[in-house]
Amino acid sequence: MPIVLVEELIRWSWIGDHTDDIVARLLEHLQLTAIPVAVGFVIAFPMALAAIRWPQLYSPLLAFTGVLFTIPSLALFVLMIPFTGLTAPTAIIPLTLYTLLILLRNTVEGLNSVPRDVREAAEAMGFKRFRQLFAVEVPLALPVIIAGLRIATVTTIGLITITAVIGQGGLGQFFIDGFTRRFPTPLVVGLVLSVAFAVTADLLLLGIQKLLTPWQQSQE
Amino acid sequence: MITFDSVTKQFPDGTVAVDDLSLEIGEGEIAVFVGPSGCGKTTTLRMVNRMIEPSSGTITVDGNDIMSQDPPELRRGIGYVIQQIGLFPHRTISENVATVPKLEGWDDDKTKGRVEELIEVVGLPSNVADRYPHQLSGGQRQRVGVARALAADPPVMLMDEPFGAVDPIVRSSLQEEFLRLQREVQKTIVFVTHDIDEAIKMGDKIAILKQGGSLEQYDTPTAILAEPANDFVEDFLGAERGLKRLALIPVSDVAAEEGPVVTPGDDIEAARKRAAEHNLGWVVMLDDDRRLLGWVGTDALDGHQSLSQLEPKPFQAKVAAKDSLRAALNAVVTTHTGVAVRVSEGDHYEGMITRELLTEELL
Repeated sequence: MPIVLVEELIRWSWIGDHTDDIVARLLEHLQLTAIPVAVGFVIAFPMALAAIRWPQLYSPLLAFTGVLFTIPSLALFVLMIPFTGLTAPTAIIPLTLYTLLILLRNTVEGLNSVPRDVREAAEAMGFKRFRQLFAVEVPLALPVIIAGLRIATVTTIGLITITAVIGQGGLGQFFIDGFTRRFPTPLVVGLVLSVAFAVTADLLLLGIQKLLTPWQQSQE
Repeated sequence: MITFDSVTKQFPDGTVAVDDLSLEIGEGEIAVFVGPSGCGKTTTLRMVNRMIEPSSGTITVDGNDIMSQDPPELRRGIGYVIQQIGLFPHRTISENVATVPKLEGWDDDKTKGRVEELIEVVGLPSNVADRYPHQLSGGQRQRVGVARALAADPPVMLMDEPFGAVDPIVRSSLQEEFLRLQREVQKTIVFVTHDIDEAIKMGDKIAILKQGGSLEQYDTPTAILAEPANDFVEDFLGAERGLKRLALIPVSDVAAEEGPVVTPGDDIEAARKRAAEHNLGWVVMLDDDRRLLGWVGTDALDGHQSLSQLEPKPFQAKVAAKDSLRAALNAVVTTHTGVAVRVSEGDHYEGMITRELLTEELL
């Protein structure tokens, strides 16, 4: 009688033996999320300002970042290898490019959603342009801008699992590990932590938004 | 003081919004720009703080050419109130009111004191200070808009249909309160409306503009109502021009007639004679201090020896010096005697306003 070895879905002892590894992967995942989203926002924000100042720029910028967004992720990572090798930038650069479309669009939409009469009143009160942007327009655009950051963050967290193929996978490394060894425990651990991380990041950003927009809370 | 000297605004598409406008708004005056849509009234207002730049001509505020000043600096010295109010939704009421003082770099204590003062001046309860605009009613928000515009005590105010978004009852009380406030603060105000009645009520001067931005007439409301410059102005003033003008003239501006006055001590024959002299069927009875007792019809005199035996009937409608001639007209047409009796405090008789006097005033 052949012996069928049924590996259980999760082997708790493995988790105990690999805590250091799990923490390291999680931190790597965190880093691979935070840097692209932050850098993406730093790039997308001035792009959005330019798109508002010169509206004729908006369509080309949207088309450009849209094209970037449609490049298959695996292909882009592989394309980067000749330039940056199997290093973190190989993952970070494409991940950053992917955030641009969402961050640009939401920042522009957010700033454009500021009511005309509010903008006009600010101008008539004697705000200088820059101060008006940061004292009036950006705060009012925050809910839409943060919505963009939330989508970009969750998308990035999901995409990182793919970067595992170039050795920069964060929690995604566990997928490859589990898959090649037909050993489900790392797979489950990677999946659960990745989803938990995405949910936590999303709730955290939502919390930040609530904190930064107290006038909206009183509306509920 | 604000002066417009040959100011023209032509937009890039060729539309002329304001056509060679010249006029002067005196210190502490409300000048109302009124006219149909497309007459350039809002464009004119927005040129004063350079939200729109004139194509040619000169605008000066207190003698300074606005084009020689930095727009943000210029604007901080000019209060601005618009129909949509444009409060900052993310700032509390006190933060909204503090906008210009903050921009001007006032210290916190001074700003706080000014904000508290203004919230009271515009008639808002102090507990609104920490609320957000959306938590207030439309009328309250409009008051905040006025408070915000007054915050740094600018000598000049621009008001574009400021009471247009509130219901008629609130509008009327806001108008009256604003006029009361204006008597204290004495701002030089450019006020835009499409409503001629609001113009008549609010304006020290009214500028009537026509499509294409030409100024048809610029004068006091009473002068415009008395003598419209042309058919356009006359049409724009509407059918009840005479009544509107009567509403602006106080009773004290016309000399009241003494009328058929008697005292209880007079005899019956004297009363008949007095009534006949005035072609009336009744006499006014006063006591020895000229306090109004009422009126007596000549038919009630028959069979009596002395006026003191008669019970005078009260006048249904009386007017005081500060009432309008329109109120007097109302008394004339709604009472049996057909006159408005003018009294001062304590019912002291000051004469009567007849239909003939009102007609003379109107013609």
